[in-house]
Amino acid sequence: MGILEVQNVNKRFGGLQALNNVNLDVAEGSVHALIGPNGAGKSTFLNCLIGKLKPDTGSVKFNGQPVLGKKPHEINQLGVSRVFQTPEIFTDLSVFENVMIPCFAHRDGAFKVNAFARVMRDKEIRQQAEDILEDMGMKEKMNAHAGSLSRGDKRRLEMAMCLVQEPKLLLLDEPTAGMARADTNNTIDLLKHIGESRNITKVIIEHDMHVVFSLATTISVLAQGTIIAEGLPDEIKGHPKVREAYLGEAEV
Amino acid sequence: MNLMKDRFLLIIFACVVLAAPLIFAPTGAAYPDLLQRFAIYGIFAIGFNILFGLTGYLSFGHAAFLGVGSYSAVWMFKLLSMNIVPALLLSIVVAGVFSLLIGYVSLRRSGIYFSILTLALAQMSYNLAYSVLTPLTNGETGLQLRLDDARVLDAAGDAGSLPSTNFFGLEMKEVFWNPTVFGYDLQFNWGYYVCAILLIASFWISIRIFRSPFGLMLRAVKTNQTRLNYTGISSRPYTLAAFVISGMFAGLAGGLLASMDPLAGAERMQWTVGGEVVLMVVLGGMGTLIGPILGAVFIKYFENIFSKINDGVLHGWFAIMPEWLDNAMVVIISPFVGKGWHLTLGALFMLVVIFLPGGLVDGAKRIGRVITGANRRAAKVGIE
Ligand SMILES: Nc1ncnc2c1ncn2[C@@H]1O[C@H](COP(=O)(O)OP(=O)(O)OP(=O)(O)O)[C@@H](O)[C@H]1O
Ligand SMILES: [Mg+2]
Repeated sequence: MGILEVQNVNKRFGGLQALNNVNLDVAEGSVHALIGPNGAGKSTFLNCLIGKLKPDTGSVKFNGQPVLGKKPHEINQLGVSRVFQTPEIFTDLSVFENVMIPCFAHRDGAFKVNAFARVMRDKEIRQQAEDILEDMGMKEKMNAHAGSLSRGDKRRLEMAMCLVQEPKLLLLDEPTAGMARADTNNTIDLLKHIGESRNITKVIIEHDMHVVFSLATTISVLAQGTIIAEGLPDEIKGHPKVREAYLGEAEV
Repeated sequence: MNLMKDRFLLIIFACVVLAAPLIFAPTGAAYPDLLQRFAIYGIFAIGFNILFGLTGYLSFGHAAFLGVGSYSAVWMFKLLSMNIVPALLLSIVVAGVFSLLIGYVSLRRSGIYFSILTLALAQMSYNLAYSVLTPLTNGETGLQLRLDDARVLDAAGDAGSLPSTNFFGLEMKEVFWNPTVFGYDLQFNWGYYVCAILLIASFWISIRIFRSPFGLMLRAVKTNQTRLNYTGISSRPYTLAAFVISGMFAGLAGGLLASMDPLAGAERMQWTVGGEVVLMVVLGGMGTLIGPILGAVFIKYFENIFSKINDGVLHGWFAIMPEWLDNAMVVIISPFVGKGWHLTLGALFMLVVIFLPGGLVDGAKRIGRVITGANRRAAKVGIE
């Protein structure tokens, strides 16, 4: 029994079958990579998991509990966080405030009227936020305006925001896209380190095969909305169908 | 550090507000009626800023809550007592309930659709107040006090003339001190001080909300509601709470208007009144603490100075000029003053929005930076 079970998920956009009978079983504690060419439906798939899109048919269970039809914040409160393909952060707020918000969400739940408490006097929240920024190597930027960060830093900030919630399942949509090689390696180390210390199951979408093969324990390949192969990294490397789907796309 | 700054701001603010009858004397605005309006619309704008400034949800319907507050207060004066305390409490509660209803409906949408929904609902309330609800609102004439009103708690005091609103015996209209300072005739009345204390309290509440986790979530709604939802926060109850809080502030402001002058008419619910508070907040600086109050004072001051300049006053100004020039000047200027003061206000508003997107507070900051920058440069030169 996996932490995430997806069964027969279909999603159509007009004439386009974006997801075609997708089944996926993610084992607890694993790093499950989802790869596939551009437009394969990978982001669409994640959107179905977090309540952004509703699949036409199929079922999604998290920890044995059905999540389809739940609101995004409810799914997050169950322990599912997502890093988006283009960073979604609070650009008008400071880096520190950006990480404090998920801390509050984690501790106080989806809604709490604490209009007379003081954010800056909340030692627990401040500590958590400072710690994660320290871990991410962003502490010296904590007072910066989040909108003014570089693309790589925005991604790291978003990752910090997701990690500080200690999710059970972390969904990462191309977490290293647009990062320099050194940053990519840092991110790999970080994801490894965090996976071990906090026991977070991860689903990771990546085009960079270096990242995929450094992290993944299982790989699924999606092409034109269909899962065409699934297995251990070594099995996927030599899979003929995968080579075919990726022809001219990337080296596998 | 932030805390010290906030305390400092609050203390300065309180001093200015309490000394307003003196401070505003040279501007010709230091008469109780106008000072009260400064404070009341300041409260209205502070509340509106909690919704609009923090969450970015632009409501055009807040006049409805102002009007509801006024009607509630007058009913309290008619039925229970001329003491303003129960009247203000009822204003806040009724406006709160009413804003909960309107907010619940309009917050199902965001952006322009939200604005239009609030506008439509407020306009509907206005029309209802005019027509169907005449038994409650007295329609076009407006709700007024009458000698034969019940006034259960203090009917005994009525003797032939209409009683006046009071705070445990202190009459709002009463000028309790009337000194002459530097040749200015100063008037200190109870009504203004009631408004002033409530303005300071509102300002304090606004500071606390700005610095609270609740305020942080509201600002997060404005910058990225999607992220907020995927971070496990349900944004709807936050925006609804902000909507109701701002509605209650509007109700308080409406109740105060009626407390200073116990009548309530439907025109107070018209959308132009709701539009005016938008102007106040934008002009002063949306999302800043002090901006909305500056905007409110600015607009109310303007409204009173410019709307009172008529052709006669203009001829007085240009009397020394030859008659043809005098007439020409009056022809040129008169569309911008008197009844045309809105034209001037509109032009000013455009200038601010284009050149000072952060409003008057932004302007003050820029000037401050120029001055401190100059000081620093001067200091450097001094050292060398
Ligand atoms: N909201 C939408 N409405 C209509 N079509 C959509 C929508 N979202 C995605 N699509 C289409 O569905 C297909 C799958 O898109 P998706 O973003 O899931 O691909 P992807 O695998 O994430 O690709 P990439 O690697 O480029 O990020 C694409 O053809 C896309 O144009
Ligand atoms: Mg994608």
